[in-house]
Amino acid sequence: MRHEQVETNSALMLLLILAVISVGGLVEIVPLFSINETIEKVDGVRPNTPLELRGRDIYIREGCYLCHSQMIRPFRDEWLRYGHYSLAAESQYDHPFQWGSKRTGPDLARVGGKYSNQWHVQHMKAPRSVVPQSIMPNYPWLLTTDLDYSSVADRMRALRVTGVPYSLTQQEYDANVKRFGPAVADQLDINKAEDNLLKEARDKNFDGIPGQVTEMDAMVAYLQSLGTMVDFTKYDEGYFATFR
Amino acid sequence: MSDNKLNAAQQSGAVQTTGHAWDGDLQEYNNPLPRWWLWCFYGTVVFSVLYWFIYPSWPVGQTWLKGFGKVDYTIIDKKTNKVEEREERWNTRALLLADLGEAANSEQRKAMLAKVRVASYDQIVKDPKMMEFVRSVGKGLFGDNCAACHGRGGQGVVGMYPNLTDDDWLWGGSMDKIHETLVRGRQGFMPAFEAVLKPEQLDDVAEYVLALSGEAKPSPASERGKEIFQGQTGGCYYCHGADAKGVSSQGAANLTDKIWTIADVPAQKTLEDKKAVLKTFIANGVNNTRTMPAWKGRLNDDDIKLLAVYVHQLGGAR
Repeated sequence: MRHEQVETNSALMLLLILAVISVGGLVEIVPLFSINETIEKVDGVRPNTPLELRGRDIYIREGCYLCHSQMIRPFRDEWLRYGHYSLAAESQYDHPFQWGSKRTGPDLARVGGKYSNQWHVQHMKAPRSVVPQSIMPNYPWLLTTDLDYSSVADRMRALRVTGVPYSLTQQEYDANVKRFGPAVADQLDINKAEDNLLKEARDKNFDGIPGQVTEMDAMVAYLQSLGTMVDFTKYDEGYFATFR
Repeated sequence: MSDNKLNAAQQSGAVQTTGHAWDGDLQEYNNPLPRWWLWCFYGTVVFSVLYWFIYPSWPVGQTWLKGFGKVDYTIIDKKTNKVEEREERWNTRALLLADLGEAANSEQRKAMLAKVRVASYDQIVKDPKMMEFVRSVGKGLFGDNCAACHGRGGQGVVGMYPNLTDDDWLWGGSMDKIHETLVRGRQGFMPAFEAVLKPEQLDDVAEYVLALSGEAKPSPASERGKEIFQGQTGGCYYCHGADAKGVSSQGAANLTDKIWTIADVPAQKTLEDKKAVLKTFIANGVNNTRTMPAWKGRLNDDDIKLLAVYVHQLGGAR
């Protein structure tokens, strides 16, 4: 093909530019789909429960990801401050994932279990009442807005299409029982989504208001689940280093 | 750009054109890249090939070129509990392990940790060198993990998080007890008395509790409250003790001193306000809101021990 033909035919040039530029992306991204060892083999990682899932939606709605990453990198300073570095396995059911490289606030990948529910409620309502130097905005409406959970089954159904093992059929449910155990498999059953959500919110009462299911319930349930699924005491540290 | 200022070489015709002519008269000078630049470029190409050999690089089918680079690190094997020297192919996770191993093995830190690990609390407190170590490491640990609730200096928040700088401890202030609190976490609980006590009885109990610490003068009301507190009607003494000094196995507060952990009594001006704030807690109880998280698993045993000493030193318990 002659140079002149490419330079005088803008449609052809556009196609060729796209082809050249896409090489970089294809080389970096596509192999991750075929490489077997991208995701570490660990026990305990499960998809979010319906309540946690709604909390995650609110997390995204409020733009928490703009200031908080959920990715602890394998550096000593991060290890000391936040805990074990994040594994690929831990965000395998996240769509979209909440990694990031912009931290105005601290990383939240292992915030689960670090503070009490009450602390989270207070901190979200008025951050400076517990951390005086904080610049986080107040989110008081989470505590006063009832959680809209009418769409939770649809949301799970959508995630199921992307490969998250929420179950619709008996067969899928049985597979989940085998994979995650009966208690978790029940939580992943789309047919019971609303009941499960209400039960978890009422039993655990994350927001401290009995009998009312607020957005705060979902948010705190989600935050308390972050980074708690893998029991790192069960694994030799050298094991994770073999995956990179 | 638009004017026709050509440099001397171009004017004299020393620079050749590429040979194309566009639109009849549009030509392009052929100025080759400087030699030094070109050789640097070839250099980077050679470097990239070396790079592929040393570091992980190209994907190949279901795996990738892993490179010949190696990282050595030392680690304590979880099963045998022995220090092991290991080798892993070059990657950032192995580098972190090498970094952590080096830090853990820095002679000074290792020596101090080994000393602290086997020392009893009494020995640590009596040894100024160990205490210096505890303060420097403890400050960082406390800031990262405890300060969000208890405040940077451990002053706490009345009604929510206990003050760690006074000598009033809900769950016991000995270092062993603080250690236990850190390891297992705590769940504070007080039953609600709304259904058990009538409004005027609530009033009497509040008056009695205030009288215990001198916030109110003894009165007939406080005498009636005492009967409820010490009798089967209220049964408050089960947890707070017959002397009302608290029972640390229950996390029950000492009611006879001026330190308030839940009801913010000192902030209220009048006796009526003090009673009112106290009554809300007696009526509704304390449930699901006073949680200390468990730190075992998140922090290692050494860190928890250092923190226990650090927190103990924060308080009046020194």
